[in-house]
Amino acid sequence: MAVPLLQIENLGKRFGGFVALDGIDLSVTQGERLGLIGPNGSGKSTLVNCMCGTLQNETGRVRFDGHVVDGLAAHQRTHRGMARSFQLPRPFTTLSVAENLRIPLLYTANTRRGAHLSPAEIAARCEELTKLVGLAAKANKLPRDLTQVEMRKLELARAMAAEPKLLIADEAMAGLSQSEVGDIVELLIKLNERGITIILIEHIMRAVMSFSQRLVVLVSGKKIADGKPDDVVNNPEVIGAYLGQ
Amino acid sequence: MRSSLFFFLVATLVGALFFFGIRWVANDYLFFAGYTVLQFIVLATAWNILGGYCGYVNFGSAAFFAVGAYSSVALHKLAVGVDRYFPESLVGLAKIILPLNIPTLIIFGGICSGLIGLGTGYLTLRLRGAFFAIATLALAVVLQTLIVNWDFVGGSRGAYIIRPQTVPIIGSYIQYLFLIMIVLSVLALTVARMIERSRLGYGFATIRDDELAAEACGVPTLRLKLIATTISGALMGMAGAPFPYYIGYLEPGSAFGLAYAVNSIAMPMIGGTTSWVGPLVGALLLGIIQQVATVTISSAVNLLIVGLLLVGFVIVAPKGIVGLVQDFMRSRASDGGRPTWRSRLAIFANMRPGAR
Repeated sequence: MAVPLLQIENLGKRFGGFVALDGIDLSVTQGERLGLIGPNGSGKSTLVNCMCGTLQNETGRVRFDGHVVDGLAAHQRTHRGMARSFQLPRPFTTLSVAENLRIPLLYTANTRRGAHLSPAEIAARCEELTKLVGLAAKANKLPRDLTQVEMRKLELARAMAAEPKLLIADEAMAGLSQSEVGDIVELLIKLNERGITIILIEHIMRAVMSFSQRLVVLVSGKKIADGKPDDVVNNPEVIGAYLGQ
Repeated sequence: MRSSLFFFLVATLVGALFFFGIRWVANDYLFFAGYTVLQFIVLATAWNILGGYCGYVNFGSAAFFAVGAYSSVALHKLAVGVDRYFPESLVGLAKIILPLNIPTLIIFGGICSGLIGLGTGYLTLRLRGAFFAIATLALAVVLQTLIVNWDFVGGSRGAYIIRPQTVPIIGSYIQYLFLIMIVLSVLALTVARMIERSRLGYGFATIRDDELAAEACGVPTLRLKLIATTISGALMGMAGAPFPYYIGYLEPGSAFGLAYAVNSIAMPMIGGTTSWVGPLVGALLLGIIQQVATVTISSAVNLLIVGLLLVGFVIVAPKGIVGLVQDFMRSRASDGGRPTWRSRLAIFANMRPGAR
C-alpha cells in the first residue's frame, strides 16, 4: 500500500449556518491523478481552499507529506510542495508572463532548496516552463495580451514553477473550447508523468474521465462516492445527485 | 548589487553637482526652497514603497514625518535640560552625549518612525483597500492628539529650536541642512531602486496585483507588508527629523500638516508609482511649482495646484508621467536584438514590461 501524499480526515467547514464541508475523508497517493467532481455549491472549492490554507478548516485534519499542515499559512503549504491554480485565472497583471513564473521560483523553489537559484538558473527555468506550456513566444507579454487558454496555461505553469509535489487544478478548463480542453488535459498528463500528483476539479466530464485514475464526488459538503471513474459515474447516488432523484 | 552601487555613485555625483551649483549661485533662498523639494523627494519615495509597490495607500504620511520631527524635539529638549531630566550620576555622561548631531537625530527619528510603521503594520495590515487607508488616517489623528497633550515637546504651544548659525567647513546652517537632505534623498532613491530590482520588489508587486495568488505562489505577504510599512515609515521619519532645525519652531499643526499627507500621495501618483523615477519626477515637478507659486502668488495656492494636477493626471495619464514615457521607451526597445539607448534607459529606470 502506497503512503498517502495527502490525507484529509473528517474535514469540516461552515459559513455561518451553512455547512460547506461535512466530515470529508480523502487520501491521495504519490503520483496519482484524482478527479474531484460535484454540482455547483457542493464544496469542491472550499475543500481546495481548506487544503491549501486559504481557508482554515474548523474540524478535522490535513496531513501533507507526512506532516500535519493545519494552521500553516497558504504560502507555508506552498513551500511544503502544495501548489494550486485558480478557478478564475489570477495572474499578476503588472508582471510579464516570464515574471509571473519568476515569483514561485524566487519564493518557493528557493526556500525548499535552501539555496538561492542564480538569475541565470531562474531565467533557464522560466524558459523551460514557458516552452512546456507553449507560451515561449509570449514570455515578455503581459497577461492582458493572452487568450483564455493561454491564461489557463500560465496558471498551470506558475503552479509548476513552485516545483510542487501536489498540483491542485481548480476548474482549469472552464470556458475553453473542446480542442483547448484537450490541450490542457494533455498538459496535465504530461505534468503527471513528471511525477507530480494532480487533483483535478472539473465540471467537464469528458476531461475528467480521460484524465482521472480515481474519481471522488462531493454533494452538499459530503463525499458520496470514491472509486474508479467508470464505477463512480454509474453509481445511482451520483446519477441522482446530478440528474435529481 | 554592482548596479545599485553604480546608481548610488551617479546619484551622489548629481547631488554634489546640485549642491555646488546652488552654492555657486550664492542665494540662501534657493537652499530653503531646495530643502523642501528634497524633503518631498524622500517623503514621496517612502510613501511609494508601501503605496506604489505594495498598493497599500497610506494617508498617515504626516504622522510618520511628525514622529521623526518630534523625536528630534524631544532629544533637543533633553539636551537643553540635562540637569533637570537626568539623575546626578548620569548628568556627566548625558553632557558628553547630548546634544546629538543631525545625522544621529535622523537615525533616531528613522528608528522611532520605523517602529511605529511596524506596529501600524501589525495592527492594520489585515485590512485592505479603503479600510487600511482610513486606519492610517486614524493613526495620524491619534498621534497628533498625543503630541498636542505631551507637554515635554511643547504640546499645542509648540517648541522653539535655537539652531546654530554656522557649522564648520560648510558654513551656513541652512546649507548644512540642505546637504543632509541631499544625502537622504540619494539614500531613499537608492533603497527604493534596490527594492524594485530585488526578490523583495517582486514580492511587493505580487501583493499589489493579487494577494491570494501571491500566497499561493509562496510569497509571505504579511511579512513583506510589515517590511514595507517599516521601511516606508522609517524613511518618512528620517525626512522629518531635521525639520525642527529647518523651521526653528515646531507645533503640531505644521508637523502633522495636510500638505505632507497630500503631497506624499500626489507626487508618486503624478510621477508614476511603480518605478523609483515616479516619485522623484513628481516631487521635483510639484515641489518646484509650489515653491514658485509661494513666491509669486501665495503659499495658500499650493494645495490647489496639487489638487488640480492630481485630478488632471488621474484623468489624462493614470499611470503618471513614467507611464507616459514608458511606452515611448519600450517602443524601440531593441534594434535587431541589440539594446538601444531607450532600452538601456528603460532598464536603468526599472521600467519593467508590466510596470503601470
